[in-house]
Amino acid sequence: MGEEGAKNEGLRGRFIRSLGKTRLKVSHGIGDLVLGEKRIDENTLLDLEASLLTTDVGIDAAEAIIAGLKGRLSRNELSDRKALHQALRVELTEMARPLGKPFQIGSARPFVVLFIGVNGVGKTTTIGKLSKHLEVAGFSTLLAAGDTFRAAATEQIQAWGTSNDVPVVAQQSGADSAAVIYDAIETAKRRGIDVVLADTAGRLQAKKGLMDELSKIKRVIARTDETAPHECLLVIDANVGQNALSQLHDFDEAVGVSGMVVAKLDGSARGGVLFSLAHAQASQECTPVYFIGLGESADDLEPFDPDAFVEALLAP
Amino acid sequence: MFESLSDRLSRTARGLAGKRLTETNIQDALREVRRSLLEADVALDVVSSFVASVQQRAIGEKVVSSLNAHDAFVKIVHRELIELMGVANDSLDLTAPAPVVVLVAGLQGSGKTTTVAKLARFLRERERKKVAVVSADVYRPAAIAQLRRLAEEVQARFIASTQSESPLDIVNRALTDARTQFDDVLIVDTAGRLSIDEEMMTEIASLHQALTPVETLFVVDAMTGQDAALTSKAFDEAIPLTGIVLTKADGDARGGAALSVRAVTGKPVKFLGTGEKSDGLEAFHPDRIASRILGMGDVLTLIEEVERKVDKKKTSRLAQKIKRGRKFDLEDFREQLGQMAQLGGMSNVLEKLPGGRMLPANAQGQVDDDELAQLAVMIDSMTVHERRFPDVINGSRKRRIALGSGSQVQDINRLLKQHKQMQKMMKRVTRRGGMEKMMRGVGQTQPTWRPQRRR
Repeated sequence: MGEEGAKNEGLRGRFIRSLGKTRLKVSHGIGDLVLGEKRIDENTLLDLEASLLTTDVGIDAAEAIIAGLKGRLSRNELSDRKALHQALRVELTEMARPLGKPFQIGSARPFVVLFIGVNGVGKTTTIGKLSKHLEVAGFSTLLAAGDTFRAAATEQIQAWGTSNDVPVVAQQSGADSAAVIYDAIETAKRRGIDVVLADTAGRLQAKKGLMDELSKIKRVIARTDETAPHECLLVIDANVGQNALSQLHDFDEAVGVSGMVVAKLDGSARGGVLFSLAHAQASQECTPVYFIGLGESADDLEPFDPDAFVEALLAP
Repeated sequence: MFESLSDRLSRTARGLAGKRLTETNIQDALREVRRSLLEADVALDVVSSFVASVQQRAIGEKVVSSLNAHDAFVKIVHRELIELMGVANDSLDLTAPAPVVVLVAGLQGSGKTTTVAKLARFLRERERKKVAVVSADVYRPAAIAQLRRLAEEVQARFIASTQSESPLDIVNRALTDARTQFDDVLIVDTAGRLSIDEEMMTEIASLHQALTPVETLFVVDAMTGQDAALTSKAFDEAIPLTGIVLTKADGDARGGAALSVRAVTGKPVKFLGTGEKSDGLEAFHPDRIASRILGMGDVLTLIEEVERKVDKKKTSRLAQKIKRGRKFDLEDFREQLGQMAQLGGMSNVLEKLPGGRMLPANAQGQVDDDELAQLAVMIDSMTVHERRFPDVINGSRKRRIALGSGSQVQDINRLLKQHKQMQKMMKRVTRRGGMEKMMRGVGQTQPTWRPQRRR
């Protein structure tokens, strides 16, 4: 427990440091409001809604949170700043909790993880980091250079392979992405490697042809093992706004998204869009967020913990 | 881009059709405007001030205007949108003594390197400039290799750099190199960085100082959320920006970033990056974009595209031919298909036509560019004789063409039928006094405010 606790502290500390900007924004809002006037009324809540909106929570989710708080207000549960703070934490945590789920490598070998997402969100970097993460956890990994479109994408993933000392399967630029990944899986089978991390070219979800290509990649992967790919991870840029909703929806429709990774959470963007995503999926099974990316070096990948995320957001 | 914002705003406006502006319907419409701007990721502060100024104008308009509420409202929002985005297109300033240095900066993954390549091609092809590019991104693996590849593709001179050099050394060397090689323009690509990373912000400030660039462009992903405003402001404070490039504008992003970034920094959006090909760079015209947002189409950009990409000789040859009463044969049809593809397909054209976005979704779905490509393949599988005299295509020829183009005989039948209909239409055009009449019809649809529906 002691060690576990210390680890949690460390993680929480990193969260708080990384999400510093967000924390400031939201709690600054609350702090200000309460310092100005002792009573909490509808106007306080409107201002709170505004600060939620500026963290990309999105209007629907923000309204839902505020509606919950209004209910409490009318039941006289929000007598002071502390109570409001507490209630907000409860509302946010309730909304974010369905997103939390640990990432597990199942029993299939090789276990195939396909990475998808729009251009420039950080797919290749996430693969580099996850490979390190898994190697440390004792799994052997192999990287598939499935982004055959963008100039020098292959070189980029090869650089990660070299620095993590893991094999990379690649072909020349312009090759068929599905074929590269197929090759990689076959190679992993032969060499008895545990996990294949397959990169794909970034694509905007509105481009039907490119989304069809993704479906094809998935079909080709299924030929090596009908349960593969075992995970389809959608990488989302923490800077993204409400477009994240359509990214999740469209990629899910094309290949079925099994989980998400939120990259670049170390910036000034606050990842409030996670609440938007959770709220939009409130009535269905929620696609979990497995990891968050907190920087460019190989160790900057952390499992997503909704409680810590909300706590960091609201920490005094 | 802008589709859903455009949809929302035009729906709001349509709700006002046939009514007069009153306090209540102004309030309702404004609430909708606020909501749709927030959903489009426009920064909250910008939304608030935008709504306030629309309100002010609307109340003024209510008193004086005899226009119906719909027209008045659209007019006000349109005018305010233009004001928000800056009034006219600001192009690059290329008048300074060569080499004109363009510094490109932005967050990770915003599309800087792609933008550098597109810009190099843009300047080389349209401004006839000799362009050199250099990468000072020594951090991301293979970033330099990426620029080298792209430079080759767009035929810009690539100034080599390595990861072991310091970015400052790289740019100093590149500057000397560009001078001695008499380049007109030197475009400098930089590493993606976070606005809160002090060390990296200091680095770019030092690059800026060494280069004294004429243009410092900030690259923003069109999908960015509320943070776009803050980030661009932080960059602007570290290195005085001269303009903004909005990338990935061909997705379904709502483009709110375009509205906020300009409003917050006061710097003009100069270009839109669209598509993954190196020619996907459009000059940003606030008035045209405002029209597109309100579903009024962007005919000017379309016309420019047509002028640039369509082969005029071929078009006038076709016009001559039809005027002389010759038939519009399959060769001509094939040519038209090719030109349509050059323009980025039907979907691109439709997006820029007034009311194009207002077509029912299923009608838009029918505009299938793949299908047009398939038609081209079928025609390519015919002999020259068959193309000139489609009447000779009998059953056995149809089977051969279907086999050659990987299609079914029914597809060939459909193609021939479509072609017959086009022939008839062409005949009618020539009879009634030609294209002038048709073009006049198109021109009339333009000045009205209401999105045109198809009759």
